Amino acid sequence: MDISFALTGKGYVIVAADTTAARSIVKMKVDEDKIKVLSPHLLMAYSGEPGDTVQFAEYIERNIRLYHIRNTYALRPPSAASWIRRSLADSLRSRRPYAVNLLVGGYDTSTHTPHLYWIDYLGTMSEVPFAAHGYGAYFALSLLDRYHDPEASVEEGLATLRRCLDEVAKRLVVTPEKYKVKIVDKDGVREVEI
Amino acid sequence: MSRSYDRALTVFSPDGHLFQVEYALEAVRKGTCAVGVRGKNVVVLGVEKKSVLQLQDPRTVRKVAMLDDHVCLAFAGLTADGRVLIDKARIECQSHRLTVEDPVTVEYITRHIAGIQQRYTQSGGVRPFGISTLIVGFDPHDTRPRLYQTEPGGIYSEWKANAIGRSSKTVREFLEKNHKDEMSREETIKLTVKSLLEVVQTGAKNIEITVMESYGKITSLDLAQIEAIVAEIEREKEAEAERKRSRLAATAAGQAAMSQAAGGSGQ
Repeated sequence: MDISFALTGKGYVIVAADTTAARSIVKMKVDEDKIKVLSPHLLMAYSGEPGDTVQFAEYIERNIRLYHIRNTYALRPPSAASWIRRSLADSLRSRRPYAVNLLVGGYDTSTHTPHLYWIDYLGTMSEVPFAAHGYGAYFALSLLDRYHDPEASVEEGLATLRRCLDEVAKRLVVTPEKYKVKIVDKDGVREVEI
Repeated sequence: MSRSYDRALTVFSPDGHLFQVEYALEAVRKGTCAVGVRGKNVVVLGVEKKSVLQLQDPRTVRKVAMLDDHVCLAFAGLTADGRVLIDKARIECQSHRLTVEDPVTVEYITRHIAGIQQRYTQSGGVRPFGISTLIVGFDPHDTRPRLYQTEPGGIYSEWKANAIGRSSKTVREFLEKNHKDEMSREETIKLTVKSLLEVVQTGAKNIEITVMESYGKITSLDLAQIEAIVAEIEREKEAEAERKRSRLAATAAGQAAMSQAAGGSGQ
């Protein structure tokens, strides 16, 4: 039931995820943060099997941090995404694979470009200008096809995201009430209210 | 067959010594000097840097390593052994965060490092680490600076100020004489540089200083800053010597006057 969106713009990536933690038909809490800050310029929204998600995300978080401390510099988004995908692909071929879907968004400080990767639990990865996981994808992708602009300012990007969230609120039977939105750009990661 | 290779390298000598551990300590004594000093809200690590060769990249020769956001380590002894131990410690720092969702305390990571060092004095087919380490940092949710030392045998202890490596005895004695509790940031840095200057003849360019002021706030002083501190210390020494000279001259003059007066009254 998790819904997550992400879109790139001029020098930034916006990542949004709903904040509901549900079990069966019951909402357990509505303030769960499903977007991890992996390094100063890297975000990862995760969804999927509860338990698997947090376990996998924390494992990734600690390993990315270890890489940063060992090498002084953090992994750049393309390398980090490749490594994360590989971890999921290895997990898929283990006795008990993780069922986790990811959106990895980051800002490459050496080439000054934003990057967004769509990764699913099968280890599929593709670099995309915008992405969504969960039921939200059915409603949002057509909207993003129509309205996404890679040269958009942060305000315009947030307005496009707003359209997606409104459409989900309008059409989806069980709609999440709150989203957490984080932006990564040249200044690092910040959270915004929407 | 097992006798050929999997026996411990470190075996007791008849009089109760572990020679391999003592040789490791000797390797530490040959290593470059490292100093740690604790102030009121600050802890400073200073190391003696080997002169970098003309064509060498100085960034690749570092003796202070960050273990986590809030813990730093300096070592004296075999650099290659240091690298291995540092890597093990860094992994443990992240592993600790993963399992208990809290950063390590300085004492915990010191104990872990000392534990590894001890293990390498008792297992088969390995030799002890030829390094001593100084570990500094701040515990989570705490403002008190920490300074620990570990040795090749696996001993660890907490200090207000300490030195390891070449001429560490001289430096430690200097610190024992000059260390005060509750020193400010500037005082602590100055004492660190001063104590290192006891054994580093070549001055600022062979000194590396790392300052930790609070949880996660680590800065490395650049050459200009260290040179400024060294110059200040030199000035103070100069002034002190000048005072001493003038005092000597004054006493000499006084004595001369007295003897002259005594001579005069005799006539």
